[in-house]
Amino acid sequence: MTTVPVVQEIMSANDRIAAQNREKLEAAGVVGMNVMASPGAGKTSTILRTIEALAPHFKLGVVEGDTANVTIDADKVLAAGMPAVQINTGGSCHVDAVMLSGALPELPLGEIELLIVENVGNLICPASFTLGTHFNVVIASVPEGDDKPYKYPNIYRGIDALILNKIDLLPYIDFKMDYFKRGIDILNPDAAFFPISCTTGEGVAEWVAWLKNRVKMIQLA
Amino acid sequence: MHELSITENILNLAVDYAEQANAVCVTDLHLVIGQLSSIVDDSIQFYWDIISKDTLCAGATLHFERIPAELQCQDCGTTYTLSRELMACPSCDSIRLKVLSGEEFRLESIQVETT
Repeated sequence: MTTVPVVQEIMSANDRIAAQNREKLEAAGVVGMNVMASPGAGKTSTILRTIEALAPHFKLGVVEGDTANVTIDADKVLAAGMPAVQINTGGSCHVDAVMLSGALPELPLGEIELLIVENVGNLICPASFTLGTHFNVVIASVPEGDDKPYKYPNIYRGIDALILNKIDLLPYIDFKMDYFKRGIDILNPDAAFFPISCTTGEGVAEWVAWLKNRVKMIQLA
Repeated sequence: MHELSITENILNLAVDYAEQANAVCVTDLHLVIGQLSSIVDDSIQFYWDIISKDTLCAGATLHFERIPAELQCQDCGTTYTLSRELMACPSCDSIRLKVLSGEEFRLESIQVETT
């Protein structure tokens, strides 16, 4: 019996493809953003709000990851006048680097400055798969409850911004903001935090200002 | 269910290294998994038994070494291990914390038969 040392990150194959995705994006001058959330947190609504506010400033594109072969989300984005590609993950619970690399050739990358990747609605699996995007955002929402950072710590670790959607529902739901925020501060004190409501539009301007700034910083780097 | 893709990654890595070592079969895999990685051992084992069939790794035993999540307080320097729930510094209640360990997720080594 021989012991063979390996000492390799298990996700190294995915990470290699993610690095290639990053090179492709940068060669075309595209900034990539990976958007993760649980089902129903309001990913598509937030993306549509974001598109509406950012479209005058940046040329945008969207990749929609969906576990089923339905184009509901992609259709909404196309209706907003944006280039959009749907990745059907075939029942799989996340978008991985290989899936994104397959979607990139279908987009007019030369005409896109910010590419928004909407991951599959899930708080566990997407955290393990880097895509090659420049930064990660999680959208949480008030009805999900204030304990999510404690139950799904992994997804909050590597994010640059956290959006808390549906704050218009705060009066109706027992959501302890301090408890929620404390969990995030323990896991990722540097993450920018944006309480918003896609229904009323509250807080969207602050989020969009941060995003604009972030994209410009990456473009200049 | 992301454990399926992850188990495929483990299998591909192990087969690569086994082939390089001219192995005829792999008997054991040693995995190091931090407490903060959302990985369920049983789930990996379940997929492993199915997908490792008909490969160099058929019948190989998976060994999981779990690394506890260790945090260090950036205010008072206290180092502590998370037992269950996320918690602030037990000495000074600060939430300025640095994760020292618990995010590991690697294949450490494999044991192979070469003849």
